[in-house]
Amino acid sequence: MATMGTHEAHPHAVDILLVDDERGFADVLRRRLGRRGIRVTTALSGTEGIQKLRDRRFHAAVLDLKMEDMDGIEVLKIFKRMDPDMPVIMLTGHGSEQAARDGMAHGAFDYLTKPCELEELLEKICQAVGRRR
Amino acid sequence: MNGDRYYHSLRRNILGIILAVSLLPLLMIAAIAGWQFHTAYRHKVVDHLSELVNNHARHIDTFLQEKLSDIQVLAAVHPVDRLKDEKFLGRLLILLQEKHGGVFVDLGLVDARGFQQAYAGPFQLTQARYTDAPWFQEALARPYTISDVFLGLRGLPHFIVAVRIGEGADAWVVRSTIDFVAFNRLVENLRIGRTGQAFIVNRQGEFQTRPNREPDLPPQELLAGLQPQKVSHDLPAVPAEGSVPGRVPGRAPSAPSDDVRPFWTERRVPETGRSLLVFSRPLKGGQWILFYLQDVQDAFSDLYRARRLSLGVLVLSALAVAGTAWTLSRRVVNRIIQVDREKEMMNEQVIEAGKLASIGELAAGIAHEINNPVAIMVEEAGWVEDLLGDLEKGEPLDVEEVRRSLSQIRTQGARCKEITHKLLSFARRTDPTVQQVQLNKLVQEVVGLVEQRAKYAGVRIRTHLTDGIPWVSMSPAEMQQVLLNLVNNALDAMEKTGGTLDITTRFEDGRVIVDVADTGEGIPPANLQRIFDPFFTTKPVGRGTGLGLSICYGIVKKMGGDITVNSAVGVGTAFHVYLPAGDGVERERAENPKEEEDGSNDGFAGG
Repeated sequence: MATMGTHEAHPHAVDILLVDDERGFADVLRRRLGRRGIRVTTALSGTEGIQKLRDRRFHAAVLDLKMEDMDGIEVLKIFKRMDPDMPVIMLTGHGSEQAARDGMAHGAFDYLTKPCELEELLEKICQAVGRRR
Repeated sequence: MNGDRYYHSLRRNILGIILAVSLLPLLMIAAIAGWQFHTAYRHKVVDHLSELVNNHARHIDTFLQEKLSDIQVLAAVHPVDRLKDEKFLGRLLILLQEKHGGVFVDLGLVDARGFQQAYAGPFQLTQARYTDAPWFQEALARPYTISDVFLGLRGLPHFIVAVRIGEGADAWVVRSTIDFVAFNRLVENLRIGRTGQAFIVNRQGEFQTRPNREPDLPPQELLAGLQPQKVSHDLPAVPAEGSVPGRVPGRAPSAPSDDVRPFWTERRVPETGRSLLVFSRPLKGGQWILFYLQDVQDAFSDLYRARRLSLGVLVLSALAVAGTAWTLSRRVVNRIIQVDREKEMMNEQVIEAGKLASIGELAAGIAHEINNPVAIMVEEAGWVEDLLGDLEKGEPLDVEEVRRSLSQIRTQGARCKEITHKLLSFARRTDPTVQQVQLNKLVQEVVGLVEQRAKYAGVRIRTHLTDGIPWVSMSPAEMQQVLLNLVNNALDAMEKTGGTLDITTRFEDGRVIVDVADTGEGIPPANLQRIFDPFFTTKPVGRGTGLGLSICYGIVKKMGGDITVNSAVGVGTAFHVYLPAGDGVERERAENPKEEEDGSNDGFAGG
């Protein structure tokens, strides 16, 4: 379900995969990032995220670590196997820093605690995409 | 209150033990020593009185013997013809009176017919006729005689010592009257204490001496209490002074002599209800009996005084012991009450701490649960800002989108509220008082609390709540804590692997049972034994306090229930909490009293 941003401000459109099992959060983030020229593909579970990544490539992925069906770390490992170069930014709840550190050990690009400032997320995404390029 | 009863009985026990341990030996010693002393002292007193009575009896016997001997000598030495001479008789009488201080009142010579042929003395008794006098009959029949006391011709109490000279029709009898007053003095001397009195009676119970007052028991009655004794008309042998009794040659004693111990007995006087010590000792060959009477209270007055004194000391010391026991037990029990109260407070604090710990464990799950709606609200707010930015730039505002966003914010806010309420309803419930609790409702509440955590841990919670189980008497706050602890532990055990958590309520053998069974890694047997020990934990430092299960154990035991555990490594662990059934029956779905089928009631956790 690739959706285009409503505002094409950036010359090079950025494609990211957002994996979060909270539909409301995924939707609003997609809208806001889309406004800022980031094309967001949402996946509402780890499984769905893996399916989406199998279909096409993304510049980066934003991954919620706590989901019902699969452990975020597991999803991260699979992402890293499927596309080792894709930077993965993790979203964690407060008090789950241990999980975040685990994620970094498994090759995540960075992590943010939820709820986070959009600017912060944008910055992280830009850094990640910039490095990839 | 139950506690008050416990402390009362505790105090009673302490008091009883102290009293028994201290008073029993005291009383036993007092009783034994008292009895020994009593017996020994009585013996002593009785022996003493016995000896006294005996001595007197011997003294009296000696007196009689002496008087008799004098007359005997007189009769033997002087021929009858000389004795017929009243002047000679008078001289003899004066001689006797000089020697014996007037004991001999008169002297007379009586012929075989009973007529007094010669007389010397204060009365005019020449030619007095004694033919029918009992003493005269006696005097004729025996070589000598000592009569009982009688009034006789002169009308004064006296008795007669008579010696026969010759036999048959030629017989003469020398008689002398013994001064009653002098004789009486012998007995009157025997007075001990306030109530001691001595007197002599003959076998017919007639007084031979004048008692200083009427005895408490009539002589006849006293005599009836005596064993029948052989009466001899011989006088007992009187040993020579300084010689050993029994070795004295001479008249062989045919009657009880001085080796006879006085017979003594205790008699009750019916009129006064007082007890008398009665000593009796035969005299004059058993014809007379010397009685000595003394009130028991008087005779043993020293003994009774000693007894009163020691009883007083005993009572005082018993009172002191009782007082000490009373204060001591009160102090001990008060101390115990205080310690118990402190313990109670400590327990409450530990339970409270355990509760905070379980809330802390919940917090991670709750925080994440609350994080999602908060994150959505923040982003939606940002989105509205973005839209307003469009408006500022002069572009039209997508009012529909703003409205959707606000509605989303409201929805997520409501979600937050629900979560905080759930947590607060648990945290606020602090009342440790015992109430009637519906267990099933409590289980559902706890499941509601851990739902989210279970979801993320990949644990499926299934509840099998039996309808119609009795209510349980317990503190809901504490029971909730027990359940939450068990469920949290189960979730911990399955956190990595996921699994199924089965919570069952059932009613068996009068007890309400909750089973919490997980499919986690199980507990090794070595740890299983220590699982309820305080501070035992296998969690890394900083994660577990090791208090959770020990608090559960404490709470359940306090409710009068029990908690057991089965576990198999690799299969899972099941905790069983047994609770005493209270009054009333829990009935939420009255139309469906059957146990829910496995899995039909799940739905608290997503798959």
